[in-house]
Amino acid sequence: MARRIEIALREGVRDARGERIKREIEHFLHLPVDAVRTIDVYTVDAKLSEDELVKAASEPFCDPVIQVWSIDRPLAAGFDFLVEVGYRPGVTDNVGRTGREAIEYITGRPLEAGEGVYTSVQYLLKGGLSRTDVERIARDLLGNALIQRFVVLDVTEFAAQGGVPAYIPKVQGETKAQVRDIDLEVSDQELMRISKEGVLALTLEEMKIIQAHYRDPKVQEGRRSQGLGAKPTDVELECLAQTWSEHCKHKIFAGTVHYEDEQGNRQEIKSLFKSFIQRTTKDVREKLGDNDFCLSVFKDNAGVIRFNDDWSLVFKVETHNSPSALDPYGGALTGIVGVNRDPFGTGKGSKLIFNTDVFCFADPFYDKPLPTRLLHPRRIFEGVVEGVEHGGNKSGIPTVNGSLVFDERFAGKPLVFCGTAGIMPATLNGEPAHEKSIKPGDLIVMTGGRIGKDGIHGATFSSEELNENSPVTAVQIGDPITQKRMFDFLIRARDKGLYRFITDNGAGGLSSSIGEMSGECGGCRMDLAKAPLKYPGLDPWEILISEAQERMSLAVPPEKIDEFLAMAKRFNVEATVLGEFTDSGYFHILYGDRTVAWLPMEFMHEGLPPMQLPAKWTPPSHEEPTVVAKGDYTADLKALLGSLNICSKESVVRRYDHEVQGGSVVKPFTGVANDGPSDAAVVRPILDSFEGVVVAHGICPRYSDIDTYHMTANAIDEALRNYVAVGGSLDLVAGLDNFCWCDPVTSEKTPDGEYKMAQLVRANQALYDVCLAYNIPLISGKDSMKNDFYDGATKISIPPTILFSVIGKIEDARRSVTMDVKRPGDIVYLLGRTGNELGGSEYLALQGAIGNSVPTVNPEKALKRYQALHQAITDGLVASCHDLSDGGLAVALAEKAFAGGYGISADLGQVLWKGDDAARTDTALLFSESASRHLVTVRPENRDDFESIMAGNCFACIGEVTGEGTVTVTGLSGATVVKAGIDELKEAWQSPLREL
Amino acid sequence: MAKARAIVITGNGTNCEVEAAHACRLGGFDETVIAHISDLLSGDIRLDDFHFINLTGGFLDGDDLGSAKAQANRLRYAKVDDLAEHLIDQLTRFIAAGKLILGVCNGFQLMVKMGLLPALDGAYLKQTATLTFNDCGRFQDRWVYLKVDSTSPSVYTKGVEKGLYLPMRHGEGKFVVDAPATLAAIEEKHLAVFKYSDAAYNAPTMEFPLNPNGSVNAIAALCNETGRLMGMMPHPEAFVHRTQHPRWTREELPEEGDGLVLFKNAAEYVKMNLL
Repeated sequence: MARRIEIALREGVRDARGERIKREIEHFLHLPVDAVRTIDVYTVDAKLSEDELVKAASEPFCDPVIQVWSIDRPLAAGFDFLVEVGYRPGVTDNVGRTGREAIEYITGRPLEAGEGVYTSVQYLLKGGLSRTDVERIARDLLGNALIQRFVVLDVTEFAAQGGVPAYIPKVQGETKAQVRDIDLEVSDQELMRISKEGVLALTLEEMKIIQAHYRDPKVQEGRRSQGLGAKPTDVELECLAQTWSEHCKHKIFAGTVHYEDEQGNRQEIKSLFKSFIQRTTKDVREKLGDNDFCLSVFKDNAGVIRFNDDWSLVFKVETHNSPSALDPYGGALTGIVGVNRDPFGTGKGSKLIFNTDVFCFADPFYDKPLPTRLLHPRRIFEGVVEGVEHGGNKSGIPTVNGSLVFDERFAGKPLVFCGTAGIMPATLNGEPAHEKSIKPGDLIVMTGGRIGKDGIHGATFSSEELNENSPVTAVQIGDPITQKRMFDFLIRARDKGLYRFITDNGAGGLSSSIGEMSGECGGCRMDLAKAPLKYPGLDPWEILISEAQERMSLAVPPEKIDEFLAMAKRFNVEATVLGEFTDSGYFHILYGDRTVAWLPMEFMHEGLPPMQLPAKWTPPSHEEPTVVAKGDYTADLKALLGSLNICSKESVVRRYDHEVQGGSVVKPFTGVANDGPSDAAVVRPILDSFEGVVVAHGICPRYSDIDTYHMTANAIDEALRNYVAVGGSLDLVAGLDNFCWCDPVTSEKTPDGEYKMAQLVRANQALYDVCLAYNIPLISGKDSMKNDFYDGATKISIPPTILFSVIGKIEDARRSVTMDVKRPGDIVYLLGRTGNELGGSEYLALQGAIGNSVPTVNPEKALKRYQALHQAITDGLVASCHDLSDGGLAVALAEKAFAGGYGISADLGQVLWKGDDAARTDTALLFSESASRHLVTVRPENRDDFESIMAGNCFACIGEVTGEGTVTVTGLSGATVVKAGIDELKEAWQSPLREL
Repeated sequence: MAKARAIVITGNGTNCEVEAAHACRLGGFDETVIAHISDLLSGDIRLDDFHFINLTGGFLDGDDLGSAKAQANRLRYAKVDDLAEHLIDQLTRFIAAGKLILGVCNGFQLMVKMGLLPALDGAYLKQTATLTFNDCGRFQDRWVYLKVDSTSPSVYTKGVEKGLYLPMRHGEGKFVVDAPATLAAIEEKHLAVFKYSDAAYNAPTMEFPLNPNGSVNAIAALCNETGRLMGMMPHPEAFVHRTQHPRWTREELPEEGDGLVLFKNAAEYVKMNLL
């Protein structure tokens, strides 16, 4: 019988969690509530003695200083309504898992199969609320009906029932191990129904390729030898759907594009990936020659570059958009712990040294109606921020760099970019650590978490637009501690050489990880009946494609298996042999003795012909806004500082541990009060060395409204200029591209596919042009191509977005520079020219306009200037350096000044101009977002040295740092056009998101 | 010659083991071992062979049952393989031998919840205080000024003049006690080694964010009456070099960070008293 243990705070103890909920109810739901108290509930479904139960309740579950416990006796009192929120069956319950372990330590024996501990939380609400209000609070704030269940009781019902009855959210199922044959000898319409209803996301063409494969007499003969019929099994069809999903196969980037530009020139592009991304890296590496620092690009879970003779750096950035749209907390948590497995599963494995996060949301204060399936942007904001907080902090990986970008269209799908870097020894046991291999006969081993129904169809569902029927099972909740335990064990196994190959289980689960690993040696034989399950009742196809989290797949040589398994046991990590790798040429899956899938490796990996994708570029033309000249721009500057894309994100950033591991050199916030926004991060991964890793990023989706070529060019430039600003070396810097697009494939739902595809082509063209000029090899990346919402009536497509991340090195981290002005009297220089480039700027956005004159990048000139700046930084001549981006010069001046606690006086007449002199206005000089510019301060005694290093580049002295704490800007007429105290500017910048 | 030996216990969610070991080495320990809890439970590594235990920061078991609660339970009940003892027996023997334990952040939470601190009148394993959710309801990463009580018995704080500037990084750091008498005894015996204060280390403060969690009497660190066991929420191992300071690019700072002194004093104490 299930027993309920309740844990409540003692009277008089402050309930911080309850207070936070109260604030959120008032702030976001605008409902009056007097008080919120909380109670933790453990439902124990296990045979325990009364003494064991009391021990569990009173010791691990209860903190006697502040809490009281009870068994089967409700503690709730003094409320008007009670809401209890627990998980639905099968949803990962991390606290329940820890509670179970705690009981096992007490009893000294493991719980029996089917026994479990389940947690829920009671919220006791006091105040004049109706049941409807409370139901709304439950649904919109306390839980997510997709993964959680609610009980709502008023005080009378509670008394009548004698509390909340015990409920066990156990998955009820029995092992039937059902395998169905699917008849593909049906009409086209029927084929599409099979694909759609099965969430296979296969097109008619793809279904017909599969149909043809099974018609092949040779294939049929082979199948007969395995005891299989002519029809595909569900295991095979599901496996092909995963392998061929857009998510896993990147069909759009691999397809053949028929591109037509605005002049009618036609071009056939065979694979954007090969033609632009891979070619960028190849050509940059050739240019670098002996100085090439790439070690492993594109072929592994993450890219690997050289750090020094002894160490290599690993970096990967992923997105987790669709799951975060459905369950922001679980989706984002899974996003961060998921991307952790990429560098960990690269080469023979790396130690993780930092995370980066970039989120794109709609306005959290959005107050218009939303389509039913969409969560409010504020909920998405809260959930994503918290998910990444838990994932990153609990994993002990510092979150060192990131940003928050806002645009109303991200209501359709939020973008959640999570990046992780690792470091690995250059060699391990005499072999390069970034290389790995598999030999036939090596054993297939899965480690970490167990398999459940969670995350089934994640890969295929994210390959479609979000809609009413998006599957609940695609949502998962990560468990950082299970993963951390596994990593602790695997890094030791790595150093002892106990495995030959490692990769992560992400999208597509085992079908993907073992499918890819089998490609290394030519086949496998795997028995799904051996896989450890969370609960019975999974069919073989579900075991194969489940995306249950915290699992790595390995190839272990037979002679090492005993030592491997013994060490796993010691570290309390589950490890299971599932079969062996072969060179049979077949992906051979069994369930017990019975073959359930028999797929030729060649068909799995090469059977899909390239998509044919039309693309036609017609440059958009926006209304050119009239920019009104003003005598005083102070109010405009304050409005910009308070805009969502520019304002301080400190309330979010402080929730992320950015210093764990002890290597932090340039932190997210800097300056006299530790609150100025840093441009990039510097960390020392090896604590007894001063060699630093520098990481930065660029992202500017607004420019996509004008031209994705320039959006991409500016994103790359922004990443590099942030990187250079803190002192990053231009001799060792690599890039990662993350494409998040709206569906560019023309269809009924996407009539403008040709335009969106052309946007993609143009972005790729810029990627090649700019990276080649900057000598940035691309080492890894990811694309997410279906970021749309469509419910049959409303379609919301995100603006095409590229996140460009750079990682590189600073030889001596003690030379790092921060953005805050350092002392009065220092000279202020603006590096680079400013032009009439207000198109897509924050300034125009403030007026609801887009414009057309998007900033353009001249990478040849910029690189030369960046190199000179880097020399000046290395020589110690630069007191502070800040990049100019959103909001242009005016915002950069304000940020530099208030971060440093001093004023700046600057003269727009000194700013170097590019282009037509007629367009040279105070407005453009202040707010234009022209690329490749830095604002630098230099001590007067370093003036000559600095200017001689910068000679031959565009730069100008525009003012000086002042002691009086005022930002004063003189306009072209000689009159003051901006004048404000640094405290009021800082307040304008800090106030919008302070409370979130 | 005998060696001063430090051990950093890791596993199940500790996160600061590498920098803690680094600080021990810089502080003067001749040998520092990062030991996974499984090495202790298997009996391969024994606490008896060390002089200084570091219980470091992290999220033991995800802090799922409340910070460090599951680990406190594990240490109480887990048996050491092949030895007829529980791990807790090794730990109490270690304390009785007059050796040193420093708990930082999650390690401090563990010590308090196991009853190793304040352990008034030597009553070890009886919990009389706790660390709970910050008043602001959120995890916070920010730097704090810690005013030292120079009359405390702590063996770690010799030479600390006014106080230390260190980062705090926690969601459950609000120190509370079970009864007013406990707090009175802590104050009377000067066991509150560090208190959150203003930037000049003039006076303890309850004001956010200087006091980031709302701890009673602004208590940030606690030692027992012998001064050999100490726990603190802020991270001394995270500030051993000037480049870790948030304002190192604008202030004249010594090479050595504020936190290192605690490890230096620990090493010196071991060398003077335990070798």
